[in-house]
Amino acid sequence: MNKESSSTQVAVVGGGPGGYAAAFRAADMGMTVALIDVEVNPGGICLYRGCIPSKALLHAAYVLNESRHAANWGITFAPPKIDIDKLRAWKDGVVRKHTGGLGQLAKSRSVRYIQGYASLTDARTLRIEKNGGEPERLSCEHIILATGSRPATLPGFPKDSKRIWDSTSALELPSVPKTMLVVGGGYIGLELGTVYAALGSEVSVVEMMPGLLPGVDRDLVTPLAKRLEKTFRAIMLNTKVAAVKEENNGLRVKFEGEAAPAEERVYEAILVSVGRKPNSAIPGLDKTRVEIDARGFIKVDGQRRTAEPTIFTIGDVAGEPMLAHKASHEGFVAVEAIAGHKAVFEPQAIPAVVFTDPEIAWCGLTETQAEKENRTIKTVRYPWAASGRATTIDRNDGVTKLLIDPATERILGVGITGVNAGEMISEGVLAVEMAAKAADLKLTIHPHPTLSETVMEAAEVFFGQSTHLYRPKKK
Amino acid sequence: MATEFRLPELGENIEAGDVLKVLVAVGDVIKADQPVLELETDKATIEVPSPVGGTVRSLHVQDGQKLKVGGLILTVEEGSAAPTAMKAPTKVEAARQTDVKADAQAPVAAVAAKKEEPRPAVKAAERPAAPPAPRRAPLPETPPAAPPPPEPEIPRVAAPASPSVRRLARELGVNIDEVPGTGRDGRISEDDVKAYVKMMMMTTPAAPPTGAPLAAAPLPDFSRWGEVERQPMKSVRRKTAQHLAQAWSTIPHVTQYDKADITELEQLRKKYEAEAEAAGGKLAMTAIAVKVIASALKVFPQFASSLDLAREELVYKKYVHIGVAVDTDRGLIVPVIRDADQKNILQISVELARLAEKARNRKTTFEDMEGGVFTISNLGGIGGTAFSPIVNWPEVAILGIARGRMEPVYINGLFQPRLMLPLSLSYDHRVIDGADAARFLRWVVQALEQPFLLPFEG
Repeated sequence: MNKESSSTQVAVVGGGPGGYAAAFRAADMGMTVALIDVEVNPGGICLYRGCIPSKALLHAAYVLNESRHAANWGITFAPPKIDIDKLRAWKDGVVRKHTGGLGQLAKSRSVRYIQGYASLTDARTLRIEKNGGEPERLSCEHIILATGSRPATLPGFPKDSKRIWDSTSALELPSVPKTMLVVGGGYIGLELGTVYAALGSEVSVVEMMPGLLPGVDRDLVTPLAKRLEKTFRAIMLNTKVAAVKEENNGLRVKFEGEAAPAEERVYEAILVSVGRKPNSAIPGLDKTRVEIDARGFIKVDGQRRTAEPTIFTIGDVAGEPMLAHKASHEGFVAVEAIAGHKAVFEPQAIPAVVFTDPEIAWCGLTETQAEKENRTIKTVRYPWAASGRATTIDRNDGVTKLLIDPATERILGVGITGVNAGEMISEGVLAVEMAAKAADLKLTIHPHPTLSETVMEAAEVFFGQSTHLYRPKKK
Repeated sequence: MATEFRLPELGENIEAGDVLKVLVAVGDVIKADQPVLELETDKATIEVPSPVGGTVRSLHVQDGQKLKVGGLILTVEEGSAAPTAMKAPTKVEAARQTDVKADAQAPVAAVAAKKEEPRPAVKAAERPAAPPAPRRAPLPETPPAAPPPPEPEIPRVAAPASPSVRRLARELGVNIDEVPGTGRDGRISEDDVKAYVKMMMMTTPAAPPTGAPLAAAPLPDFSRWGEVERQPMKSVRRKTAQHLAQAWSTIPHVTQYDKADITELEQLRKKYEAEAEAAGGKLAMTAIAVKVIASALKVFPQFASSLDLAREELVYKKYVHIGVAVDTDRGLIVPVIRDADQKNILQISVELARLAEKARNRKTTFEDMEGGVFTISNLGGIGGTAFSPIVNWPEVAILGIARGRMEPVYINGLFQPRLMLPLSLSYDHRVIDGADAARFLRWVVQALEQPFLLPFEG
């Protein structure tokens, strides 16, 4: 029982984009740092089973779709041959390259990367079970928990069925099923549904809410919903799965609700994408003063410190929104707080992007939120039908909108739907963070012809003087 | 032509005031020099006149608000033309109704997948009884990190400042929402934050090592024990609190007590009372005390001095301006009687009546309160046997007068009823020795007991 024992100033549990960013920042600030994760290299869900592999596959889907789209302009290709093994290998290569790079970065910074499972012995001690060898006892001045989240599951589905997937199994690209049911019309279901539809699956989506992407402003969802109606076989809203039965040739599904088909349907695979749950059941957490809220998130203050002063928590397990870039910035705040700085996590805008085709991106205030809070705002929209650049790529299915405070004319929120919306939203985030006014966006020269001009022209709409959009003046 | 009227410089060290009452409204036609608002500054209430006449086009202040020197009060359209309201440019479509369910969680934008929970480690029994000592020194009980600042309450529209400026304010311990921005529409720059910090440091006197600074320890929640009501500190109260806290914490106070037999003086006072009233004054003990002190300061000049610690000098004043504490409904005010040594008691009583009236009508000016060398506080009108006043810094002494009463005094083998006036002299022990203070107060007592001494010695 002679366990290995060591100590560190900061121990980060979880090597995702929150955890590794925190560990690297702490090392850059001169602390001794240990980073603990079960994988060979840092990266977490985001790199191994999330953002990065899904974006690689979505890029493939985009190319496939564009090759068909080109028929509109007189260019036709032979139907694509899809080598699923090679596609998978390429995707895995992307992940390997990226996670390997992070491993190198950890080494160069002298961050001690420990592959293993951590549990808490007390508020300052971790016990790390490694693959083989004695468990290690690690004394820490501070611990940062960055354990992330996992896909939520639904009761009543057959257990251990190879045909029932979550986002992790879907990203492994086991096969391209002929028919696929996506349960849950949130961003994960729509992104992966888009991938499999492009690869040749006949995809149906069932969503219990009255619209896709619940919570997102409806005007942003509309252009995507229109396109998905053509891409997907069916979108069943206000509908639920009543029963699933495994059969030899697939899963027999009974629906109930507004759009439920009269007869049962059989699908080769079902993707369950009904949200994510925080990984707060960390062994030994009960030996500390750390508190967990009703939804399973670890309670933190503005510095991301828990009720236990030596323990900080960042990322998905610390609360919504569960986004990689939010986790990283929380990590920076936690590390700076540990270093004694008066850092507080109080961004004015956290961008969110749905990487469908078209993409949807927004930041700051949304109309949905403004309505809920009964706030007076001015909303201006610039339809991409008036964008020269959108026309040149034959993708006028987009809109750029600004939410403006009528009293100060400040930009409070930005929403964009369209090709590359995810790249464009950063200008909106900067505008909100810098407390930019509508006039600032209007007076900033944007390059022509680009999709980014729509941001400037939306600001011009606010002043009733958009160059490419004529609206008669209202009295 | 439109003219902006901003709060002009009001006097030395006056940076801001509370707007008591706005006297005009938008659309009013005002004349040049017509007062447009009543402003309560540190110790005086003043009417602020507009330098130009015309029509009030817009008003930027309201009752109760704090106004700084340079702050915009109103815009005046010069000439008689009716003002044309500036209309904001037509804005485009209002927020569209959406049919979305508002209770859904904001969706997130990263595809992510399953990650297993960290596996439970070993059973409790397997944990070592005595953990091996860590290589590092024992960890301190409290981690050496800054305590978390309170969770910020995000305002509906945050302060117009960039993230780096907000961070700077946080690092300097400043609430960004309180920093006045000098940029367009109040935009806050890095320099604004620095200037604000500088201003705060200059207006808040550095807490002395032993004294109690104004900002005290956190208060308990009084409402736990019953109903409470909170009222903002008025300008006078704020200034008094700040001033007295500073005086109390920097000056080593000693109070000397004595009693004066004013039986004869009271007879004289009654005799001349009518004369003073005819002149518009009131022959109160305060007026007599002002004259006595004015004379005493000639004999004991160090009681009218000030301590210049920075230069290690005593500043002796060749003038005899005496402050008199006046109780008003807004709090304590100390107007000053100029050259009290060159005035007779009758003149002083008339001037006192005038200053008291002014104070109660909130008309006291800064000039009325400047330049005192010694202060008298007479609480005898209310009652009490004795009290210890606090020296009105930068002065070095203050005389407190309580209520005179008939007491048996042992004179020539007999107890006789005498009217005794309790006096207390608080002084700055850095400047004045106890023996001098006792001599000074004895001198004052004797002057009151034998008014004849005043012209003789004073």
